[in-house]
This record gives sequence, C-alpha cells and structure tokens, in this order.
Amino acid sequence: MKTFKITFKLYLQLTLLIYSVLVSFFQSSFAEPKGEDLYLENCAICHGTDGQGGMGIPISLDDFLKSASEDYIKKTIRLGRPNRIMPSFYWMPESDINKIVSYLGSWRKSPAPIWDSKPVKGDQLAGELVYKNKCASCHSENGRGGKGSGLHFSRSNGMIITPPALNNQGLLNSAPDAMLHYIISNGRKDTPMPSASTLGLSKTDINDLVSYIRSFHLKSIIHKPLYSEEPASLIQESPYSFDETVENVKRAITGSNFVHIRDQALTSGFDIETKDSPRQTIIYFCNFSFLYDALKIDPRVGMFLPCRITVTEQQDKVLMMSINPKHLSQLFNNDALDESCDQMYEVYSGILEDASL
Amino acid sequence: MKLILRKFALLLGLLGLIISSNSYSVVTGEMIMVRSAEAFPETMSLLQEAIRHQGYQLSRVQRVDVGLSAKGYATDKYRVVFFGKGNEIQQISAKYPQLIPYLPLKIAIFAEDDNTILISANPSTYNDLFNIPELKPTFDKWFIDITKIMKSVQIQN
Ligand code: HEC
Ligand code: HEC
Repeated sequence: MKTFKITFKLYLQLTLLIYSVLVSFFQSSFAEPKGEDLYLENCAICHGTDGQGGMGIPISLDDFLKSASEDYIKKTIRLGRPNRIMPSFYWMPESDINKIVSYLGSWRKSPAPIWDSKPVKGDQLAGELVYKNKCASCHSENGRGGKGSGLHFSRSNGMIITPPALNNQGLLNSAPDAMLHYIISNGRKDTPMPSASTLGLSKTDINDLVSYIRSFHLKSIIHKPLYSEEPASLIQESPYSFDETVENVKRAITGSNFVHIRDQALTSGFDIETKDSPRQTIIYFCNFSFLYDALKIDPRVGMFLPCRITVTEQQDKVLMMSINPKHLSQLFNNDALDESCDQMYEVYSGILEDASL
Repeated sequence: MKLILRKFALLLGLLGLIISSNSYSVVTGEMIMVRSAEAFPETMSLLQEAIRHQGYQLSRVQRVDVGLSAKGYATDKYRVVFFGKGNEIQQISAKYPQLIPYLPLKIAIFAEDDNTILISANPSTYNDLFNIPELKPTFDKWFIDITKIMKSVQIQN
C-alpha cells in the first residue's frame, strides 16, 4: 500500500510538472494579451484610446485617478454600471481584469489610493436636502445621473461630461464611503464636478451627503432580465389591399407629426436574380427633433434609423410591420432611453392601428 | 490499481491543460462596437471596402447628419450603411417575413472628434429572438462577417 501511495504521488507530481511546462509553453506561444490590448479591445470604444472619454466619461484625468483605487476599478469593470451604458464584464477572467487595472495604472502620476472600508457617519435626511440644493442640478433627483453619454461632441447637451448616476449599484458596490467623501471634498479638476469649497459645503454637509448617497445601496443587485416578453417585431394585418395599405401608412405617418422620407423595395439597391418575390415596400419616415434628442441621450440609437414600416403581401394577406422599440431599449443598457423607446412604441403601434382602421 | 491511478493523474493533467488554454472568452454582447482612430471619411471608405471584400453589396448610405443639419440641428457626421446579399435577403424575407424589419444588415458610423465609431446589432442574438433553427448558420455567419468587417477598420496600434 505504501509503495502505491509513493508511486501515485510521483505520478501526480510528474504530470503536474509536465502540465505546468506545457501551460507556460502554450501561454507564451499564444502571445497572451497585454493590458493595453485588452483595454483597446474592451474599453476604448467608450472611454477613448487614451482614456480621454467618449460614450464613457474620461478615466485618464489625474483627479479621477487620484480618487480611484485599484480595487474600485476592478469592481467597476466586473459590475459595470447597470442601465447606465457601461456593461458588466462578468465574463472576463480575473487575470485580464488585473491587467487592465495595471494598464490604467500606467497613466497615474501618483500612487493609487487605498480606501478604508469604514463607513462615514452622517445624517441621511440632512444630506438629502444638501443634495437637492447643490448636486441635483447636475446629477438629477435621487442620484439618477445626467442624461446623455460620457462626453458630448457635436450634439451638445449643455454640459461637457454627463454627470454619472450616484444611485447606481455598480458605483455603490465599488466605491467605499471614504472614496465618495474624497470626491465630494475635492471635486474633479478639468471636469464640471465642483469641490466642496466651491459649493460652500461644510464638513458635516460632506458626511451627510455620503450617507444620503449610501442610502441608495441595495443589499443585492437586481438583474433585469435582458429580454422581457416583448416580441422582436410589431406585426399587424391590414384589411385593405397592398397599395391602399401603403397609402394608409403614409397618411398615418404624417398624422403623427412625422415626415415621410421615401418608399423603397426591400431589395432595392441589390442585384437579384429573380424578381418574383412577395411585394414588399419599406416606408421610411422621421421626426428630426425626436431623432436629435434620442441621439443626444445615446448616439448608438442611430443604428435603428430612420424609422420604417414595411408593408408586405404574404399568402393573400397584407401585413404591416416594424421593429419593436420596447425590445430595443433593452439592448443598450441605458434606462435614459426607455422613455424615448416607449414614445417610439406608441408612435409605431399608433400608425399600425390608424392604417388598418 | 496502479494503472488506474496513472490514468487518473494523466486525465487530471490533460483536463487542466484544456481548461487553461481555453480561458479567453469572446464578447457575446448585444452589439458589435468598434472605434477607429481614423477620421470619418477615411473610415467610411475603409468600411465600404471591407463590406465588399467580405462578399456583400452596399445598397444605400443613409445620411442622417445631412437630414438633421438641413433642419437646423448641429451634428457631426452620422451615416447608416445598409448592405447584404440580394438573393439571400429576398429568400429569407419571403419565407420569414418577421425578419423584414431587421433587413438589410446595417452599420451605423459616426464621427467622435477625430475618431470614428461603428455600431451594429449582433445578428447571433437573432437566434434567441426569432428561434428559427434553419437560419442559425446564416445568423452566425452574419455575426462573423460583421465582426470581421468591423475589426478590419478598428484601431490599429
Ligand atoms: C456642475 C455639475 C455638477 C455638480 C453641481 C456636481 N457634480 Fe458631481 N460630477 C459631475 C460630473 C460631470 C462628474 C463626472 C466627472 C468625471 O468625468 O470624472 C461628477 C462626478 C461625481 C462623482 C463620482 C461618480 C463616479 O461615478 O465616479 C461623485 C461621487 C459626485 N460627482 C458627487 C457629487 C455630489 C455629492 C455633488 C453635490 C455636492 C455633486 N457631485 C455636484 C458634475 C457635477
Ligand atoms: C459601452 C460603453 C462603455 C464601455 C465598453 C466601458 N465603459 Fe466604463 N463607463 C461608461 C459610462 C457611460 C460610464 C459612466 C456611467 C454613468 O454615467 O453613470 C462609465 C464609467 C466607468 C468608470 C467609473 C469612472 C469614474 O469616474 O468613477 C470606470 C473606472 C470605467 N468606466 C472603466 C471602464 C473599463 C476599464 C472598461 C473596459 C473594461 C470600460 N469602462 C468599458 C461606458 C463604458
């Protein structure tokens, strides 16, 4: 039995040795991604190639980095900011997250802070009052955050950087009280975020504000299901002929204060071999002020523009159809868009209904 | 007994190897998004070239910014590029009309300062959305092709 144990140990050690040699060989030959590559691959789309900001807020400014511990950045990557555009990188291996954190570290001019996890003692209700007076103009009521995405480029929102949501569970699970206290005390240079002295806040005010912000912290993060029961497309049958339906849709579009842009066949602009497909006409329309407001909230919505309703003939039935905007709002991880998507839903379903009366 | 132990140890080693060499997940986001460090006009021509190179035809470029500017809304360049394969679109839309609102394929492309952003829906999510097993290979191919198209205009460092 004893020899058995020894040989087993030996085998195990040998296999593990071979295994670790092989692993290190594989890892070096597959050229492990570097922190910079991982950043460019996953973050630069929103935070910019150099962290200067974009659809996300800047993360290379000195005053941000002075407030951001490595632990804060790590947790922020893992959790994202639910419903505030920044996705959760729940799938990313720990080692990759660490590499991104070190890469952001290369932008630092001073060592990363380490925050105490001790809670700050303050008066939540007093904090709420100060918040309403001093912070809500930017961060909105109840810490919901400003409307818009990161930096504003050509579609101005009146502020250069969108104030982040302070009631966000991604923030609250990443930032300890001491960090919030530091940010409120110092503000952030080169951003609209003012310091406590600029706002005339006392030491007590700062503590009260931290307590107020902390009061949004839930015990656990509630995940909204990605897809609700919403169908992908809105489809309605028309009692009229194909041509009548097209005219009805156009009339309903104008009646909803939208501008009819053009009609075209689905395959228009493509080379096709046979022409005998079902009749399909796409009716494009737009409301420019609505479009402009939606793009300011999230420039990605343009992906579903312009608005369109398709009329098609399928087995002697005339169908009208559109995308379902309620379904779309879930794609963007941005609840600021919910209102626009709901409005769009009303417009689309209204037009489909009007056109089939 | 000895043989079993040896096999077991070997299996353990192999298993570890498989796990460790597969540890890089792929983003399975709802959207495919890419930043190009090139300005808008250069990126736009790279994009159109990449779409053709991948075997697709461009059917239209919607000039969203031109429409907005004409109505007095200040905006930088914003276009939506429509593309696909004519016969494929014709066949799929005839058989599965519920897909029509999602066709042709498209990529939104817009200027952000001196960079350009490209965004597309991720067609592999249509598998869950529409649940049409026959189209799974098509949706997956669209995903791969769009990813290739977008990668080819991504930041080169
Ligand atoms: C003039 C607008 C403005 C006012 C007023 C303002 N903020 Fe801010 N705040 C911002 C902006 C913009 C940012 C993002 C700064 C950046 O890019 O790093 C920010 C960032 C923050 C952050 C960091 C959030 C994060 O996600 O890291 C906290 C915390 C914060 N503000 C709290 C407050 C509090 C509390 C008040 C009131 C005392 C306040 N702010 C007042 C604009 C403002
Ligand atoms: C789809 C866009 C998007 C992507 C991708 C993204 N972010 Fe963000 N990020 C944002 C937005 C938007 C915010 C601000 C949230 C708000 O307004 O409430 C943010 C906030 C942050 C913050 C908090 C900044 C502060 O002032 O405290 C950090 C840190 C951050 N992101 C890091 C990253 C890193 C690292 C990655 C890549 C692993 C990444 N982000 C990927 C959009 C994005």
